[in-house]
Amino acid sequence: MDEALIKDHKPAWKGGDLPYKASYGKLMMWFFLITDTLTFSAFLASYGFSRFKYQDSWPVPEDVFTHFPFLHGDHPLLFVALMTFILIMSSVTMVLAVNYGHKMQKNKVILWLVLTIIGGSMFLGSQAWEWGHFIHGDKGAVVTNGSSSYKINDSLFVNSNLAHVFKDGKIYSIDNLSEGNHHDSSHSDDIDFDNFISIFASQKDLDLRLSDKTILDHDLAVEYLKERGLRTTKGADLYENEYGHTLFGDYFFFITGFHGFHVFSGVVLLIILLVNVIKDTYAKRGHYEMVEKIGLYWHFVDLVWVFVFTFFYLV
Amino acid sequence: MANETKGNWWIWKVFWILLFITAFEVALGMIKPPFLVDTIFLGTKLLNHVFIILTIIKAAYIILEFMHLGHEKKSLKWTVLLPAMVLVPYLLFIILSEGVHSYLMI
Repeated sequence: MDEALIKDHKPAWKGGDLPYKASYGKLMMWFFLITDTLTFSAFLASYGFSRFKYQDSWPVPEDVFTHFPFLHGDHPLLFVALMTFILIMSSVTMVLAVNYGHKMQKNKVILWLVLTIIGGSMFLGSQAWEWGHFIHGDKGAVVTNGSSSYKINDSLFVNSNLAHVFKDGKIYSIDNLSEGNHHDSSHSDDIDFDNFISIFASQKDLDLRLSDKTILDHDLAVEYLKERGLRTTKGADLYENEYGHTLFGDYFFFITGFHGFHVFSGVVLLIILLVNVIKDTYAKRGHYEMVEKIGLYWHFVDLVWVFVFTFFYLV
Repeated sequence: MANETKGNWWIWKVFWILLFITAFEVALGMIKPPFLVDTIFLGTKLLNHVFIILTIIKAAYIILEFMHLGHEKKSLKWTVLLPAMVLVPYLLFIILSEGVHSYLMI
């Protein structure tokens, strides 16, 4: 505990005592972080609720997040791993800034704060890229009709309202099944569905995977599409997404968005902090405790991401 | 403060631990060892339990070292940790078991 923080040694009953041996500002930051912990816990718990409830039509994360900038093909987990690395790295630079703050070394604080801001901005950029891909969509899916189970040839299939075209054990892009697929077919209206079915029927190696992960062989799939298929869909919004249950998209936008907003706020706070460090505000004050307080917030943002990473991408 | 004399090596130590755990998680997520995927424990794959345990270890390093809580006064440490340690498992228990229940009710 820095002596400089206790400005005047008043008696304990006049607020001169620090029972936690921590300053007012730091304590309040901790209390704010406790409430924020509970907020994020509630979000992730409700995500877990919906995931358990709709486990039959919940998407597999590896089918959803497969892209990496400038690389073709499927690279599940790689991009979020990079994002995690960036955020952990920015946490490290933040601790270093706090550490040099204790030693009152202004220039080193500036250096590590700048690097933290860069790390935070890189994370925000990555998240924007990730959102862009999520919204724009990748392989697309077929929206099917009905809410009850559906029988073909005496086998029971749970209806799922969404089905993916499947080829060689992988999701196959619906763009390949529309005529003149060179144009941007991100709008599902662009694809004539009857035409889609006839192209599907003509390619014998195509199967259909329902969102409960049952795979229908080609002949069954054609029958299923004719009877149950409504239209194709691509990308994601709050009403529908090509990956699986609607709530999956909603939670994705809400939880990663709320976390991204925290990161954004953190970057803004860090910039204000940096300006104040440069202007010698804290040197005059005699301590760099503000770096420590903002640092607590920044580490918390990293901490939340560690959990978001696990529950959205790994589990 | 204790760290004023400790230098920076401990920061990098924590960094390498966090990096190693994350890399390990990603590797597990890509390889998906059949033994961990096929064993179901408490309603989910053993692999998911491994992920959750590793996540909690990472969280502990961030809170106790980076946020310096491990070096604060004991009373402050428990003031911060106890509400989360009591309320979050409670919330998870109620909500997740309700989730499983409503799945069975569909």
